[in-house]
Amino acid sequence: MKILVPIKRVPDPYARIRLNADSSAIDTTGLKFEINPFDEIAIEEAVRIKERSGSEVVVVSIGAAECEEQLRKALAIGADKAIHVETVEKFDSLGIAKVLKSVVQRESADLVIMGKQAIDDDANQAGQMLAALLDWPQATFASKVELTDSTATVTRETDTGQETLQMPIPCIITTDLRLNEPRYVALPGIIKARTKPLDKIELSDLGATAECNVEVLSMSQPAGRSSGRKVASVDELLEALRNEKGAAI
Amino acid sequence: MATVLAIALDVAESTSLAAFAQKYGKPFDLLCLSEEAPTDLGASTAISAESFEVPPADALVESLRQLCEGYDVIATSASMFGKDFGARMAGALNRPMVGDVLEIVSEDTFVRPMYAGNVLATVRVTSPRFVTSVRGTAFSTPERSGSSAKKSLAIQTELRTKRIGVSAKEGGRPDLTQAKVVVSGGRPLKDAETFERLIGGLADRLGGAAGATRAAVDSGIAANELQVGQTGKIVAPELYIAAGISGSTQHIAGMKDSKVIVAINTDPDAPIFEIADYGLVMDLFKAIPELMDKAKTS
Ligand SMILES: Cc1cc2nc3c(=O)[nH]c(=O)nc-3n(C[C@H](O)[C@H](O)[C@H](O)COP(=O)(O)OP(=O)(O)OC[C@H]3O[C@@H](n4cnc5c(N)ncnc54)[C@H](O)[C@@H]3O)c2cc1C
Ligand SMILES: Nc1ncnc2c1ncn2[C@@H]1O[C@H](COP(=O)(O)O)[C@@H](O)[C@H]1O
Repeated sequence: MKILVPIKRVPDPYARIRLNADSSAIDTTGLKFEINPFDEIAIEEAVRIKERSGSEVVVVSIGAAECEEQLRKALAIGADKAIHVETVEKFDSLGIAKVLKSVVQRESADLVIMGKQAIDDDANQAGQMLAALLDWPQATFASKVELTDSTATVTRETDTGQETLQMPIPCIITTDLRLNEPRYVALPGIIKARTKPLDKIELSDLGATAECNVEVLSMSQPAGRSSGRKVASVDELLEALRNEKGAAI
Repeated sequence: MATVLAIALDVAESTSLAAFAQKYGKPFDLLCLSEEAPTDLGASTAISAESFEVPPADALVESLRQLCEGYDVIATSASMFGKDFGARMAGALNRPMVGDVLEIVSEDTFVRPMYAGNVLATVRVTSPRFVTSVRGTAFSTPERSGSSAKKSLAIQTELRTKRIGVSAKEGGRPDLTQAKVVVSGGRPLKDAETFERLIGGLADRLGGAAGATRAAVDSGIAANELQVGQTGKIVAPELYIAAGISGSTQHIAGMKDSKVIVAINTDPDAPIFEIADYGLVMDLFKAIPELMDKAKTS
């Protein structure tokens, strides 16, 4: 089985986000970048499947030259091959899904495991869109995955709890945080991964174009909630809630 | 002919989608999938699904694709359901999607959060036909008037994906995203039993819902669907009580629009205090039983 894992380079989720001078984008000075945390979980899952049943894991990232850093890390985690679709163009999630569709077809992938959401745009769309474009079944927000050669059984998180879906392969699975705990990769692993193949291709090699129909006009930072005050006891808390906020508590 | 089709899972989603559609200001139809579609929300037509169960996303999109083709704007809720289904529908219709809408600027321009709510982006969708998902916390109270024409719609129940199991729905407490009071607990709650006794107990006492941090969910203290935050549920109750929660950006993203925030934490420097209206520096194992004792029964 060939598993494709799309990964995105995003700012460190724990970093403080600030805007640039004209509020057109975030200020990236000094910002650390990582593999999108949900995508790292996707890589981990794919590599575990490979370790159990001998699949091939291919990672792909669409973006500028710097994405190579995240692709190398993915190889160090255990992916066999990386594809870098190098471009500085802008995309919306549908645009990304269209490029990914070409990659799936070029690689004849049997299964795609990817993040449920990129933590920069927080869109939570590309996986579902890719599934629709390929006309494959989808299991989003997965917390447990079991595979046979022909079916995927996936427990997924819903608004009210969990449900288990069974679907034929090929299909798309998007990961939730509870699917697994990604392994730690030490420096030697990253150095060793330097010999693994990393193909650089362009959009035109895929017959794809950059598409972005959702454009960011401007950004602002929400007015911070002003902090209130400390209360010294439960009694003072209840009194404040009742008298100052009219709470029936 | 309506230009907007709002597709809701249930009556609660219908309400916020109607609030959105009314503000958007174009004629809309409302499709409600798991309950009878309300007819007093200003929709031209209120469509109810006939099927007994809402099918997995692939079958649902197949069933509704043709209907959706007839509308310029498809509006869904920014719930797990809406995200799973809406984005697939956008792909199937080859339309862009604007997710998590917080504010309508004009017919093609919206405000949505990015970077765990640290950024509010004004985005323009450059295609006249698109899909949106709407944050229920930002669109909550529609005007109620008139009566919509009624229609019903048959939905295909299964395509390739089979639903082979569903977790039992926990009864009793109000839905987290609808509740007027939310009591949330974090990592120090120790275990499921303690969480239920203290967080669940105080929630019951106040007639509210229980919520949790990812740390609490990850360590098996609280159920998945209780997670509040960037990657969990977005809530904006009248009163949010955070007990034993440090106040990570990811958690705050899910609750900072609550009307009144109370934080109980032993660490006086915990970041949660920066956004709390009232901060109580106290051990939650003492504070919560005392609150349960002294709060009026709801
Ligand atoms: C991609 C990504 C997405 C995430 N999404 C979410 C999300 O949606 N929601 C979410 O919540 N988190 C999310 N997180 C995790 C988040 O970063 C934090 O790790 C998490 O919110 C911390 O949970 P906590 O406050 O319970 O635990 P901690 O940070 O460990 O805080 C526990 C707090 O309890 C206090 N305390 C200890 N004992 C007591 C006591 N006896 N009485 C009172 N106070 C006490 C401590 O002082 C401390 O402040 C995400 C992380 C990532 C990377
Ligand atoms: N530029 C990209 N390159 C590769 N994969 C991507 C890219 N953008 C998004 N993805 C994938 O799509 C998922 C969902 O992204 P989004 O719809 O932007 O929230 C991510 O978790 C990635 O797996």
